[in-house]
Amino acid sequence: MMLAADLFKPFEFEFFRNGVIVATLAGALCGVVGCYVVLRNMSYIGHGLSHAIFGGYAVAGLIGINLFLGAGAWGVITALAIGGIVRRRPIGSDAAIGVVTTASFALGLALVQLYGSPGQNADALLFGNVLGVTFADVWLIVAVSIGAALFIGFGYRQLLFTTFDMEVAKATGVRTGLVDGLLMVLLSATVLATMNVMGVTLIAANLVVPAVVARMLTDSFGRMLGYAGVIGAVSGFVGMNASYHLDVASGPTIVLTAAAFFIVAFVAGGSLRRRAATVGHAH
Amino acid sequence: MSSKRGATSTAIAAKNVTVSYGAEPVLIDVDLDITDGELIGIVGPSGSGKSTLLKVLLGSVPLKSGSVDRRSGIAVGLVPQVEHIDWSFPVTVAECVGMARARGVRTPWITKGERAEIGSVLDRLGLNGLANRHIRDLSGGQQQRVFLARALFTKAEVIFLDEPTSGLDVKTRHEVLHLLDDLNRQGLTIVLTTHDLNGIAAHLPKIVCLNTRVIGAGAPEDVLVPDVLERTYGSPMHILEHGGMRVVVDSPLFLIDDTGRASA
Repeated sequence: MMLAADLFKPFEFEFFRNGVIVATLAGALCGVVGCYVVLRNMSYIGHGLSHAIFGGYAVAGLIGINLFLGAGAWGVITALAIGGIVRRRPIGSDAAIGVVTTASFALGLALVQLYGSPGQNADALLFGNVLGVTFADVWLIVAVSIGAALFIGFGYRQLLFTTFDMEVAKATGVRTGLVDGLLMVLLSATVLATMNVMGVTLIAANLVVPAVVARMLTDSFGRMLGYAGVIGAVSGFVGMNASYHLDVASGPTIVLTAAAFFIVAFVAGGSLRRRAATVGHAH
Repeated sequence: MSSKRGATSTAIAAKNVTVSYGAEPVLIDVDLDITDGELIGIVGPSGSGKSTLLKVLLGSVPLKSGSVDRRSGIAVGLVPQVEHIDWSFPVTVAECVGMARARGVRTPWITKGERAEIGSVLDRLGLNGLANRHIRDLSGGQQQRVFLARALFTKAEVIFLDEPTSGLDVKTRHEVLHLLDDLNRQGLTIVLTTHDLNGIAAHLPKIVCLNTRVIGAGAPEDVLVPDVLERTYGSPMHILEHGGMRVVVDSPLFLIDDTGRASA
């Protein structure tokens, strides 16, 4: 039987403490940002952006600029391009995401094949690596989280109005283009800041699952944001600990923890609905 | 239904407005003045540019030519077609109304003062006690009124409604119409689009018949006449008098007899 001492043992290691902080904050951040992604029917964008950023990483390596900044700038440009295409052409966001991000990912793969990986962390970028989480990553996720809190705090109503009813929001004076652009910048920063711990292949789940679970629990937008943040944070914390004790990569354990929340919410929601229907019939 | 209201000041004026989506013009040389206190219905067939004209007046579509003058500082609100609402979106009545006050620096939460204002607007529209309900869990008429409440919460002086009675049953349609009349009598300027000539348009004090161009504008007795309606809808129409009301009826090109044969 696992003792309490065993549970706390990994916290003796700095890399693990860093990993837990990043995973917990990343979970909360992705949970909150994911609400906007899910409600705009852009669930695929997390998956797409994380792959698109791989293209930026390869291009940054080729032209000899900071890989992190290059990948980040590429992600922002990609996200803005997707938003711009959706606003200007009669195609759905899923199709725009599919075109832009896969092209970017393909470019990254081609460049890596032609010129080699620009750094040692290409695999970590794709699949995540908790051992590679540094103190700089902690600061990055803290900075992005503060930026997200400020943006969502000050722009809460504009974001809600634009997400729920863009045409009316625009007609009544909300600068929907600016709101959309800033949300895409935040989304890119979120993906970039969480890549080390999640890996590009699993970030989408971190953006989508907590938001979906929260949506199943409430009909209020404000509460959905709160629930998604908490579910994401708990998934990150529990998943990171499970990763250490089960000796499984952190990305999968975090996603599986969030998936467990989904199963519980789905089953409990079904029983509650059945009970409500029974009570309704009885009356 | 009578209009209020001794109003004279022009709130919004469209002059020679032409709008195109691509090469196809949607509106051509449209002139329309919205005066304070008016209640105006814009009618026309599908694709005649009714919704685009609302957007023109709101200033949310680029003009190919012409101009729209809005009185400085005027607050406007838009009530969308309920068919365009995402009813699965997680938003309560209070959140839906509260989001409308979005310009400038606002607290994320609805303040105590705003909560009181929202309560007052909901009371005014007969929605008291429903603030914490999800918008999906309301009747059709209540849903329409929530979006009216959202527009009123912005302190709009002019409210535009896009097909406000579309999809509503007769009783609910009457409720919405009476509510709009009440709001208009209280001084609100209202512009709506509708397909419903007999149920809605005939009861309004002013009608604009639109088919890419303004075909006619004025009181129902001046506009709901065969010539204007035929030019608006591209099909012959008759006007019947019934109980002092004008009733528009289609004039089919072919009649089907008892044997199922068509005759001209």
